[in-house]
Amino acid sequence: MNQLQRRNRSLVTRLIVGTVLMFGFGFLLVPLYDVFCRVTGLNGKVLNNGPVTQSVEINRDRRVKVQLLAVNNEAMPWRFKPQESEITVFPGEMKQTAFVALNPTQRSMVGQAVPSVAPSEAAEHLHKVNCFCFEQQPLMAGEERAMPLVFMIDDELPQHISTITLSYTLFDITPEPRPTLTLQEHRQGVSYE
Amino acid sequence: MGSLEQTVHSTDHHGPAKGITRWLYTTNHKDIGTLYLLFSLTMFFVGGCMALTIRAELFQPGLQLIMPEFFNQMTTMHGLIMVFGAVMPAFVGLANWMIPMMVGSPDMALPRMNNWSFWILPFAFVMMLSTLLMEGGAPNFGWTFYAPLSTTYAPPSVTYFIFAVHMMGISSIMGAINVIATILNMRAPGMKLMDMPLFVWTWLITAFLLIAVMPVLAGVVTMMLMDIHFGTSFFDAAGGGDPVLFQHVFWFFGHPEVYIMILPAFGIVSEIIPTFARKRLFGYTSMVYATGSIAILSFIVWAHHMFTVGLPLAGELFFMYTTMLIAVPTGVKVFNWVATMFRGSMTFETPMLFSLAFVVLFTIGGFSGLMLAIAPADFQYHDTYFVVAHFHYVLVPGSIFSIMAAAYYWLPKWTGHMYNEAMGKLHFWLSFIGVNITFFPMHFLGLAGMPRRIPDYALQFADFNMVATFGAFLFGFSQLIFVYNVISCARSGKKATARVWEGSHGLEWTLPSPPPYHSFTEPPVFTNPHRENS
Repeated sequence: MNQLQRRNRSLVTRLIVGTVLMFGFGFLLVPLYDVFCRVTGLNGKVLNNGPVTQSVEINRDRRVKVQLLAVNNEAMPWRFKPQESEITVFPGEMKQTAFVALNPTQRSMVGQAVPSVAPSEAAEHLHKVNCFCFEQQPLMAGEERAMPLVFMIDDELPQHISTITLSYTLFDITPEPRPTLTLQEHRQGVSYE
Repeated sequence: MGSLEQTVHSTDHHGPAKGITRWLYTTNHKDIGTLYLLFSLTMFFVGGCMALTIRAELFQPGLQLIMPEFFNQMTTMHGLIMVFGAVMPAFVGLANWMIPMMVGSPDMALPRMNNWSFWILPFAFVMMLSTLLMEGGAPNFGWTFYAPLSTTYAPPSVTYFIFAVHMMGISSIMGAINVIATILNMRAPGMKLMDMPLFVWTWLITAFLLIAVMPVLAGVVTMMLMDIHFGTSFFDAAGGGDPVLFQHVFWFFGHPEVYIMILPAFGIVSEIIPTFARKRLFGYTSMVYATGSIAILSFIVWAHHMFTVGLPLAGELFFMYTTMLIAVPTGVKVFNWVATMFRGSMTFETPMLFSLAFVVLFTIGGFSGLMLAIAPADFQYHDTYFVVAHFHYVLVPGSIFSIMAAAYYWLPKWTGHMYNEAMGKLHFWLSFIGVNITFFPMHFLGLAGMPRRIPDYALQFADFNMVATFGAFLFGFSQLIFVYNVISCARSGKKATARVWEGSHGLEWTLPSPPPYHSFTEPPVFTNPHRENS
């Protein structure tokens, strides 16, 4: 192997490593995007999920209006709406409400709600203690259920924000019927998983 | 396996093999360059037919010729084929032909890989075009294949599209690796990096861009594949993904990609203008640095394609200012081209005409790009025909004209015959007039609010659309003159001298026209005539 071949080989090796690294970087953009959204609070994603550990004092001098929206993703046949479309809360106050879902179809289905908060600056000050969006929601044919939501808004919320919109989009994530399922099982309305 | 030099020496006195196997098995950079260029020309006409189908439908308001579903397939396939099938392979073909001859090397650094990177392409495009015949039709989601249009709502043929993109990506990456290895390791003794012709410089930078972003494209189509077939949710909000993420990843590839399609054009024009102005290029060093700056900036401007997705104000400002910053190195380049011509003794042969049109019309495309860069104004222009006018001005009289200029400039070198100058000038003028009639009215259509990618439109857009369609057919059919000129030049014509042009400069002109099948088997000794003076 002469010198030129050696130089070519080492250069090509480095370039191929670069290519592989950039392929990996493409996938790395996915978690980076989430981290970026979390750090900057963009995208309206609610990140403070689960129990609030520190006890917060309720600030009764300030009121925040919370508008609740329910949206069906395309082709989702459920009836889906909030129990109250608007509630007023004090910062620090734990508030419980619910969204009502009805499956009007003849089959069992599974739904998943995805939340979004506007304005996005408010996202990091909205704490969800319990939310139906944490889990998949299975509903039998014709079943109706009130799905609970417990949340709190902390007093760090910027002063200029007096109204927060919390919107849920409901997606149909019912698993596709597997080819192995027989027609019989369909008629009996077997729920998958 | 012998070394490259041994291989070259042992076949030195043999011509190319005979028959079809010459082209299938060839490792010769000139053969592969020719294959790339012919492939690109074929795809240019395939994509062009699709463009004419689009324009024919848009000749009048209402639906006359094709259904909206097919119209969407046409816009998608036209974009994909022109970007990946016509422009990129044409530049790789020119790189294959010219880079070894310009740097004084006997061949590309990795000749066998070179063969492979070409022969992947026809298969990729047969796969892509075959989707037109499939049930559900070809991809119809636009060349940018935004999720969820390309995942949840895509036709079943999307999987073929994904694999075709993978294959094109592999081909481009292998081509880029080959170009870098050739330029860095195979230069003639005495040729420093800053002695290289600008076409070589721009291609070196382009090759690095390709290696940086083609894998990201492969990554994003792989994510689509996984979303469609393996139940992941990269771009599906129901599973915790985000469709906006698709746009970020796509444009992280997509913006450097548009520079991949224009930087080699800058190199070509920087070769041609000094030849016909009979002066050396003004500001060589600044040209190199400007190209490098454009390449680096291309990685931090991608979100200007998505001002309307709901970026925060800080993001809009950041991407607006970085985008405008690109106008600075680009302005340096345009200045240098004009300064090269200033007080030169210019003649206007066909390659020079195409280069001059490039400088003027590319600048118009650059200015409309600056208008689009203004974030608040972009909300008005977004997804209108103004955008279509902008990127066609930088791609057709930009990239395509530079490829035409390069073809006319080096055809006598490649074939050993002069092309028909009168026919070349006719081709130029018809193309120049056709391009402007086609794309200039689109600015007005866009500003008046006509959205892109629609098969039908409101009545007030009728006149300009009719004009644009006339221009498109004029431009499209005048390309047949080019084909005729190339074929007749390859067959016969006035014998070309080694230098071909009076003002030509560089190692490729020291070889006879046409160059021997194996050139520079003994590396030439290179001295830069300008280095001693400076």
